[in-house]
Amino acid sequence: MVPTHYYLVLSAILFGLGVVAFVFRRNIITIFMSIELMLNAVNLAFVAFSQAWNRLDGQVFVLFVIVVAAAEAAVGLGIIILIQRNRQSLNVERVDLLKL
Amino acid sequence: MPILDNLWIIPLLPLLGSAINGLFGGKWTNSVVNYVAVGSTGLSFACALEAVREFSQLTPQQIPFVKQFFTWIAAGTFRAGFDLQVDQLTVVMLLVVTGVGWLIHIYSTGYMAHEGGYYRFFSYLNLFMFFMLILVLAANYSLLFVGWEGVGLCSYLLIGFYFLRKSATDAGKKAFIVNRIGDFGFMLGMFLLFKTFGTLDFVPMFAKAVPMPADAMGQMGTLTVACLLIFVGATGKSAQLPLYVWLPDAMEGPTPVSALIHAATMVTAGVYVVARSHVLFMRAPSAMLVVAIIGCATAIFAATIGLVQTDIKKVLAYSTVSQLGYMFLACGVGAFSAGIFHLMTHAFFKALLFLAAGSVIHAMGGEQDMLKMGGLSKKIKWTYITMLTATLAIAGFPPLAGFFSKDSILLSAFQSENGGHVLYAIGLFTALLTSFYMFRLIFLTFFGKQRYDEHHVHVHESPKSMLVPLMILAVLSLVGGWLAAPAFWGAPDYFAKFLEPVFAQGGGAESAAAESAAHALEMPLAIVAVITATLGLGIAYWLYISRPAKPAELAKSMKGAYTTLFNKYYVDELYAAVVVKPLLWLSTKVLWQTVDVQIIDGAVNGIAHGTTEVGDNVRHAQSGSTRSYAVWVIIGALVIIAIIFWPYLKPAAVGMVR
Repeated sequence: MVPTHYYLVLSAILFGLGVVAFVFRRNIITIFMSIELMLNAVNLAFVAFSQAWNRLDGQVFVLFVIVVAAAEAAVGLGIIILIQRNRQSLNVERVDLLKL
Repeated sequence: MPILDNLWIIPLLPLLGSAINGLFGGKWTNSVVNYVAVGSTGLSFACALEAVREFSQLTPQQIPFVKQFFTWIAAGTFRAGFDLQVDQLTVVMLLVVTGVGWLIHIYSTGYMAHEGGYYRFFSYLNLFMFFMLILVLAANYSLLFVGWEGVGLCSYLLIGFYFLRKSATDAGKKAFIVNRIGDFGFMLGMFLLFKTFGTLDFVPMFAKAVPMPADAMGQMGTLTVACLLIFVGATGKSAQLPLYVWLPDAMEGPTPVSALIHAATMVTAGVYVVARSHVLFMRAPSAMLVVAIIGCATAIFAATIGLVQTDIKKVLAYSTVSQLGYMFLACGVGAFSAGIFHLMTHAFFKALLFLAAGSVIHAMGGEQDMLKMGGLSKKIKWTYITMLTATLAIAGFPPLAGFFSKDSILLSAFQSENGGHVLYAIGLFTALLTSFYMFRLIFLTFFGKQRYDEHHVHVHESPKSMLVPLMILAVLSLVGGWLAAPAFWGAPDYFAKFLEPVFAQGGGAESAAAESAAHALEMPLAIVAVITATLGLGIAYWLYISRPAKPAELAKSMKGAYTTLFNKYYVDELYAAVVVKPLLWLSTKVLWQTVDVQIIDGAVNGIAHGTTEVGDNVRHAQSGSTRSYAVWVIIGALVIIAIIFWPYLKPAAVGMVR
């Protein structure tokens, strides 16, 4: 049986990759995918804890996260399509109208 | 007793007239406004006459007749009711106010016929009548104060009637503000009286005051302080030193207003209040002395200024101040009935003088400077005759009204224990000055060479609506004093006898010995007074008829005295320097520019400005770049995690050091 902290380290690594990609990538789709990566890193941690403590709460949370992630994907992809239509670009640095 | 039981109708009629004219008069022709205004005051006068007739049938036990209509304010033990009171003093005031007021209303229909704002004028004038009647009918100080403030308001409105003229609005404001100073004293006096007696109703208050011991001379007891405070109010309303300055300026108002408000009725309110409070004043000899001295000083002070004024209304204004001084002198020496008597005769002849002066001004097409008149006696005969009657009356020639009233004041002053002879001497000298400046006015206006350009000024006699009130007032000025005439042949003076029940309460009734002494003095003093008046007439005749060049020479040879008098002793300038300027400086520099602008506005603006400033700086955090937000979110998350986990990390770190 794989010890729990292996999962946690893997989860942390995945989460860190997600963060780094979120900050440094410019393409909105990549950023979006990095968000998914972070969510799933968290999911992994949940499942690991669920197994370690032998309780189902963590897995229930994971189901919720997956549902939210699906909803978020629907909304987020819609936004991305609109950005593409309006700007003919997916570069996040071009989306800065709030700046004065 | 239909009217006496419904006394409210007397003041209510003018109020109705005022409301009707004020609300609808703007759309009506002048004659409709006349019917409402003159009709309502006329009816009020008729009701007053009926009330007096009913009053005369009351038994002495029923006097003072007090009628409570409704409670106006009730708080704890304090009750201020809409209570009206009639006693002999009220009767005199009631008849003077409604009678003279009515005549002046009639006169105004002629005088104001060509003026704009006709309905507004009569609305104000009627409103004044309402408040004045409240003032004289009130049965307690609080209701009296309502009338007191109300007449002040109407005075303000009417002085500033020609509100397009800055001098008129300034004069209105001056009158209002100066009166406010006096009213402040009056209110403090009322508070003190309420604290002392627990009531402001006249009848119970005076009943409680009668058994109280009188303050000694020079002692500042409660009664003395209260009386002095009330008197401060009276000096404001009745234009006495040092608060007289508003009255001469009040001549900016239309002439009928000067006659009604600033000569016959409102300005005498102070005298009325002092007389009404005589029970208190009789127990405060120091206050009485102050009243006498202020009255006497004002009388001579104003008379000297009147000597050199050239504006016909200004002369009359200073004359009014001076005559009011006489009334206060009378009150101050305890001769309240003499003071009220002079109040009444003065209302007749001074109203007449003002109305006649108005007729002169009307004839001259608005000219008020006497140096630009002259030789008018033939052209406006009726005005001349009536004005001469009033002048003879005010100068104190027998058998006209002023002679009797002034004589009884001087007699009382002469008999007074506190420096009476000095007061008498000053009063007598003032009588000389009065006679002089009044005949100077007559001679400059009606005699001598014509000093106006006949091509520009078309002199014409006034219409009947103006002349008839003049004639009625002339008759009153002629016979008004005869009520006191019997005193000369040892019989009781009817007027004093009539008022005696009022003033006896204060302990002001004369002993038999004093009365016989008074009768012995009556004749000699009267002769002296007549000689004085004749002397004044003679000097005026000599200066302005025989030697018309002499006054200018005299003015030149006594330049210092002349300019001082001409500039009214520089009192306005003094007040401006001592009171107005520092106050303006305080208001402008401290209250306005420091407290208001810098502190209050500064705080408000500072908060707004600070918010803007902070926003301006914080705004840069909103870069608009999504990734920088993400970095901030991450930093924030890390910080929160660090804070949460710090306590758990610490033992490990400590352990590692070990």
